[in-house]
Amino acid sequence: MSSISKSGGLEWLFEYRHYRELFFFLVWRDMKIRYKQTLLGVTWAVIQPFFTMIVFTLFFGRMAGIDSEGIPYPIFSYSALLPWTYFSVAVSLSGNSLLANSRLISKVYFPRAIIPSASALSGIVDFAIAYVVLIGMLIYYKISFSWGMLWWIVFLIPLIVLVVSLGMILSALNVKYRDIKYAIPFFIQSLLFISPVIYPTSLVPETFQKYMALNPLTGLINAFRASLLPDRAVEWRSFLISLGVISILFVVAIIYFRKTEKAFADVI
Amino acid sequence: MTDAITVENVSKRYRIGALRHETMLREALVKLLRNSFRKKEKTDNTILALDNLSFNVEEGGVVGIIGRNGAGKSTLLKVLSKITYPTSGQIKVRGRVASLIEVGTGFHEELTGRENIFLNGSILGMRKKEIVKQLDAIIEFAGVEKFIDTPIKRYSSGMSLRLGFAVAAHMSPDVLFVDEVLAVGDAEFQKKCLSAMDGMRSGGRTVLFVSHNLAAIENLCPRTLWIESGKKQMDGPSREVISSYLKTFAKSHGAGHDLTEVDGRSGSGAVRYTKIEFLNENGEPTSLFRCGDTLRARLHYEAVETVKDPHFVFRIHSEMGVLVSTISTWHSGYYIQSIEPGVGYIDMEIETLYLMPARYYVSLWITSSGSQRFDMLDHCISIDVESSNIYSTGGRGMHSQWGMMFMPTKWSLAERK
Repeated sequence: MSSISKSGGLEWLFEYRHYRELFFFLVWRDMKIRYKQTLLGVTWAVIQPFFTMIVFTLFFGRMAGIDSEGIPYPIFSYSALLPWTYFSVAVSLSGNSLLANSRLISKVYFPRAIIPSASALSGIVDFAIAYVVLIGMLIYYKISFSWGMLWWIVFLIPLIVLVVSLGMILSALNVKYRDIKYAIPFFIQSLLFISPVIYPTSLVPETFQKYMALNPLTGLINAFRASLLPDRAVEWRSFLISLGVISILFVVAIIYFRKTEKAFADVI
Repeated sequence: MTDAITVENVSKRYRIGALRHETMLREALVKLLRNSFRKKEKTDNTILALDNLSFNVEEGGVVGIIGRNGAGKSTLLKVLSKITYPTSGQIKVRGRVASLIEVGTGFHEELTGRENIFLNGSILGMRKKEIVKQLDAIIEFAGVEKFIDTPIKRYSSGMSLRLGFAVAAHMSPDVLFVDEVLAVGDAEFQKKCLSAMDGMRSGGRTVLFVSHNLAAIENLCPRTLWIESGKKQMDGPSREVISSYLKTFAKSHGAGHDLTEVDGRSGSGAVRYTKIEFLNENGEPTSLFRCGDTLRARLHYEAVETVKDPHFVFRIHSEMGVLVSTISTWHSGYYIQSIEPGVGYIDMEIETLYLMPARYYVSLWITSSGSQRFDMLDHCISIDVESSNIYSTGGRGMHSQWGMMFMPTKWSLAERK
């Protein structure tokens, strides 16, 4: 029994449970078509972070001489590039997802948030494959494995929530204001430079470090990196700040998306 | 009996004209500049696609929805399917809903036929288990067994259409909305769709069927809702509603043809056609002709001298120019001794129009014995014969592809020992 007038409260959440099969089908669809008819196929999942790591190592590590806090620069950058690549590709896909699926939205009913969420999740397999290369690098640099590495699975969750939140906000905005389509790559580029991917947080003067901490990626990336190495401790404080910011973003995303989703089919 | 669908005072307002929100900055700037020079723009750029509509459908009810293009039928279905939301009013739908607004929704060309069946089925609301169970039936219905594992970008458009419909035909929702899906595809496909629809409506399912194929609606739906300009025009037994709906067409097309000034006319002119009128059973003008109907025409003439033994001829040609039939007073054995100078008319009634739906051209002659020709107007008017529910098959088989005529036939299979 469904009533279509004003929005129901919890009814909304139950709907997502009902549509979970469709959600997985959409994730599966996105994954399948990602590398169809490409020459290198799934290896692109590795090439992107790997080659970026090489370029960064040459220019930022060697020539610019950025101090990587005692870790070999390649490991320093690659361990950050892994979550970063997932983040940038997923936010980009998710932010454009509603427009890309405009035909579906105007012809069928299903809870619209499935679309940006499915796009966000479709990059996970790529992440896993690139992770294998990371293991290889750890072996090469003779860094011992530790239980800390398992933390990556846990850290992935707030990262995914972050991507979904940003995806929902951006894609909803994109439906109404097509500027967003052009703003997304620019937005992601800027984020790369204000996150500790190329350089460590310690490079930044103390006073600015607080602002850097507001960037949810800061705490997350540092956590990813630290948990990899047996002799580093995860900075829980900045990690918790990240979690806080992500939670706020998530709530904002849900409110904004629900407010605007009713008009999608009319405006898209 | 509980209602499956309840629509209460539903209205839907749409903005028309260029969608203003494409760019926020540019638009804001332009608006600023414009408003400083112009006087206030008309704020009247919205339309009411649905206007305070209310109706109920009981569980298991099968209702047809008809109306002109732009009347609001598709908008109604979209609002009922939750694809878009009403500006005001309430809608309640009970049960699992499936909407067939288009066939093959969600198909991705890089995926194979089999993969797309799952994707499309899921989008339509089927559970994975259901799809697996029906998979073979779906593939067989679509007739694409050989190509089921090829990406559908290699399919012909006909194959994709059949596949899409095959999935839709195997859904089992409680409430089904169908919107003009049958308008696409060739006659063979439409035939398949109609019989699938027929199969779907049994089983206590509630169905709302939007279509321009009035014969199909009459056959499938006992009740019809006529929507005009977003309002409920009429709601009742299909036959009545469709009949009233059709009446509005006749008046707007003009059922009389002035024949006084026609190019390409030949003949001596002793007596000439001045006008032809087509009338319905009440003597009112009509321009609607359906297969199996009685065609009544009134042929007005004017004679300038006394004409002996005239024959009025009404020839029907197909669109290709093939002569379908010559109807005349001579063929019918109706003898007119003579016609005095002056005006008059002769009524003619073709008892049953055994023509398939198509466009036909009519030539009108007045002749006499010994190849005397008084007036010859070749291909002077066209008439469109529409499909109708003759054999209670929803107009199935009534199509020009099956020939120019149909002939009522009785069949009887011999019993075997």
